[in-house]
Amino acid sequence: TVMAAPMTNDQSWFYALALGVSFLKCLLINAYHSTDFEVHRNWLALTHSLPVSQWYYEATSEWTLDYPPLFAWFEYGLSHIACFFDKEMLVVPNLNYASPATVLFQRLSVIVADVVFFYAVKECCKCLREDKGKDLLGKPSFILTVLLLWNFGLLIVDHIHFQYNGFLFGVLLLSIARHCQNRHFEGAFLFSVLLNLKHIYLYIAPAYGIYLLRCFCFTQSNADGSLQWRSFSVVRLVILGTIVLSTFAVSFGPFIALGQLPQVLSRLFPFKRGLCHAYWAPNIWALYNIADKAFSILGVKFRLLDINKLPKASMTGGLVQEFQHSVLPSVSPLATLVCTLLSILVNLPNSNIYTIFVILSLLQPALFKIWHRPNGARGFLRCLVICALGSFMFGWHVHEKAIMMAILPLSLLAVDSRKDAGIFLMLSVTSHYSLFPLLFTTQELPIKIFLMLLFTIFSLASLKTLFRKGGALLNPLEVTYLLGLIPLELICEFVYPLTVWQKTFPFLPLMLTSVYCALGVTYAFIRLYISLLTCSDTTKKTKMQ
Amino acid sequence: MENWSLFSLCVLLGLTSRWAVSFHSYSGAGKPPMFGDYEAQRHWQEVTYNLPVHEWYFNTTNNDLNYWGLDYPPLTAYHSLVCAYVAKLLNPEWVELHASRGYESHSHKLFMRATVLFTDILIYIPAVLLYCFYFCDGSSKQKVATALCILLYPGLILIDYGHFQYNSVSLGLALWGILGLGLGWDLFGSLAFTLALNYKQMELYHSLPFFCYLLGKCIKQGLIGRGFFQLAKISLTVLVTFALCWMPFLSDPKQPLQVLHRLFPFGRGLFEDKVANTWCSLNVLIKIKTLLSRETQLFLSFALTLLFILPSSLKLLSKPNLWQFKLALVNSSLAFFLFSFQVHEKSILLAALPVCLVINEIPLIAIWFLLTSTFSMLPLLVKDGLLLPYVVTSLAFLFLSLYLLSALERSTEEELRLGLYRKLTRHWLPKLNLSRIIKWKFWFSLVAMAALSFTSVWLEPPAKFPDLFPVLVSILSFLHFLGFIIYFNLVQLMEPQRKKSQKKTN
Repeated sequence: TVMAAPMTNDQSWFYALALGVSFLKCLLINAYHSTDFEVHRNWLALTHSLPVSQWYYEATSEWTLDYPPLFAWFEYGLSHIACFFDKEMLVVPNLNYASPATVLFQRLSVIVADVVFFYAVKECCKCLREDKGKDLLGKPSFILTVLLLWNFGLLIVDHIHFQYNGFLFGVLLLSIARHCQNRHFEGAFLFSVLLNLKHIYLYIAPAYGIYLLRCFCFTQSNADGSLQWRSFSVVRLVILGTIVLSTFAVSFGPFIALGQLPQVLSRLFPFKRGLCHAYWAPNIWALYNIADKAFSILGVKFRLLDINKLPKASMTGGLVQEFQHSVLPSVSPLATLVCTLLSILVNLPNSNIYTIFVILSLLQPALFKIWHRPNGARGFLRCLVICALGSFMFGWHVHEKAIMMAILPLSLLAVDSRKDAGIFLMLSVTSHYSLFPLLFTTQELPIKIFLMLLFTIFSLASLKTLFRKGGALLNPLEVTYLLGLIPLELICEFVYPLTVWQKTFPFLPLMLTSVYCALGVTYAFIRLYISLLTCSDTTKKTKMQ
Repeated sequence: MENWSLFSLCVLLGLTSRWAVSFHSYSGAGKPPMFGDYEAQRHWQEVTYNLPVHEWYFNTTNNDLNYWGLDYPPLTAYHSLVCAYVAKLLNPEWVELHASRGYESHSHKLFMRATVLFTDILIYIPAVLLYCFYFCDGSSKQKVATALCILLYPGLILIDYGHFQYNSVSLGLALWGILGLGLGWDLFGSLAFTLALNYKQMELYHSLPFFCYLLGKCIKQGLIGRGFFQLAKISLTVLVTFALCWMPFLSDPKQPLQVLHRLFPFGRGLFEDKVANTWCSLNVLIKIKTLLSRETQLFLSFALTLLFILPSSLKLLSKPNLWQFKLALVNSSLAFFLFSFQVHEKSILLAALPVCLVINEIPLIAIWFLLTSTFSMLPLLVKDGLLLPYVVTSLAFLFLSLYLLSALERSTEEELRLGLYRKLTRHWLPKLNLSRIIKWKFWFSLVAMAALSFTSVWLEPPAKFPDLFPVLVSILSFLHFLGFIIYFNLVQLMEPQRKKSQKKTN
């Protein structure tokens, strides 16, 4: 047919997809942007007009610089182009400055920085096996490209809400692709650069550490896949160490020389926040909170608890950051207990130790598994997703946006095996829906629904085509759960605002959303975890390597 | 992937881009005292809601016709009335008589945009999908690609969701009419087209091909016998539909006359602003507007329009099939646009609709035309503050449609429908490669349009000619349209007996 002509011979479809999504992003330039826009404008201004020694001390705006130094240098570089658009945005005291030229420049900077992401996706596609002669829409590389480039979360978080995730995920995916291509030094370098761009990626560092040590520093395995101790290569370890350390040296060196390291670290890890964000991320703590609330209500009703003795209910529309639990143990006190055991190991303030401890203990089997049966790049990727998802599930003060760290790498697995495709569908649909409260303006309501449907329909239909043989990807229960999101959305954003409760309990829809989504995310996490522990390594090994 | 998912993805892409364009400014935003088309539509809601029907089209103490008086047919007025009821429910301030004049707020903008989206989803988008599903040749992917290109046509999106109008209603109804005729449901088709005509009088541009197609079909069936019977049924449908639409105005003979007077304001002159048609372009050389009397102008425009419509209409009359019908629609609406009296720059959308319908058959020329039509509205779009969506949607349409329809590969002489023309000219110009020439012209014209877009935005016009760039834009687009009308007439009149078009005949 006619369509086939330009599509099979070359990679032109890739450019069409990339160009198409870029045009869409450009149309969103005038959409709503959150305070993150001002955050990044402020960083542009302060890196441009202050000496390096002032960067991490400047506090005119409440949005102080809290990303690692390389990102600050990135902003510094951008600021030199920004002055061609509007010099006023580079003045630190110009708080909340958002002239049309400023908006245009900042939005364009995100769109252009996504070129890194495009390149990374293209490299990731090279790691996939290709079925030749297949219809374009059924090709794994085509599906993967759409799942990544047109990812709903990235579109709304970066191009409406405003952040630079596309660029950062570009670096991450590129590093993953390099590992798949057995270019481990480059991969390690890219990842250490990434850590110095945004430190949230520390969550997946364990996966990297174990994988590189096990699969790269040990050059050989026994016939059954277990470790051969004698094959350890010191040279490789030294080179890896040098790469990582020198990256950190370049990034943090100047601040160490200035004696500002404690100040920089205190900006990077502000531990004064509560367990949950204002809007609960759909993780285990959302379920914990709601269980606590339910117990306290039941307790009061059946006169088991005295209402006066309960701590002041802190469910006041998420305005209070610290959520005090009424019945179940409050997390911070418990944390102090655990921290006494661990404080020597991990030198961090008290309250967070507990969550970190939970994460580490949960990840331990996963990391153990990858150590014993490395299963190549696939196993590494799976472990990486588990790390990201585990930290999302149990982390301290997690943002709902952090889920993208699991979804994007999981897309790579989804086009490769039908089991992962099912998990991906569950996780992506629920967690994308949980991003809805990010955009609360009426103007953006249609666009988020359209984009969500666009991505969901595509992923459902394409993965179904890809794994045509072997029955449905989702079981009836999962389908019912996902369909439940439709009435949930109708109630939360269309029906509830018309009711009288909107004034008295404005937070109820948010709570409902995060609890409902938490169920799906938890379910996906458990399934992923089981699949990691049970997957037989030798059979599926062939694909990613 | 299944067809339904492909089609729904394509609709969602169309909807997303539409709503994203609607974030931008609208005509006359914050520009008292007259504002723009947005205020006109809001004002009509106010008038229709608060005044009795017989006052709608008359100048009364409560209805100042000089301030955006109703000048569209009754269906538009009814549509405004329905919108007004919803508006009243949401916020009574929006339609309060007199007090709401020039009302602007963020939530009102959202409401107005939502009404456009609603009618679009209800009328235009399903019509496009059905058209592509039934009448596009090729695989299902080809159908979806065509639907996507039609839905992403920037001109319509920018005018409806940027500038603010309800063109998707009238064009959508006309498309339903075309669908009806194509499927052989002549009565349904004539009903839909009559509704379109009663929504916007500019649909007259399409009326002659509709008439000729139906008449030609009846003649084929034999005017004495089944054909006559069919013709009577069609006429009855049209008359009844008209009567129903005009019912409230039929009690008093003064009423319909006043409505007609409002619909065809001959007093407003040969053309307004800068339009890419013959008269405006000629006016640069000869001041026809002042040289000729109003009557001469009227006669001249009428005669020339008729002259340009006649060949294509006669051809359609003798050969009423869908392919001929679509080409006749293009030719007729282009002739009206280029030569008729009182033309607006937005009227090019009427020609763009039938061109959209041939985008699968003659991709390169259709894409070229559609881009030119968007470009011809540049001065208007810049005035409305729609430069960014203009640039983005035009570029997106250019790349996407060239890619999806493989327009550049599908431009041999045969595919450009110039085979017969080539045979005729081979005698004199043996070494002419029409396909290559057209491709070069295409790129050259794109560069020219891009350059002119760029200069008219970034450069200050010389003080002597403040209107320099709008005039250049309209002249350049006029030359294009002149070329297009010649091309489409050639294609229609020289149509050889081809199997492909035979297949689609009903």
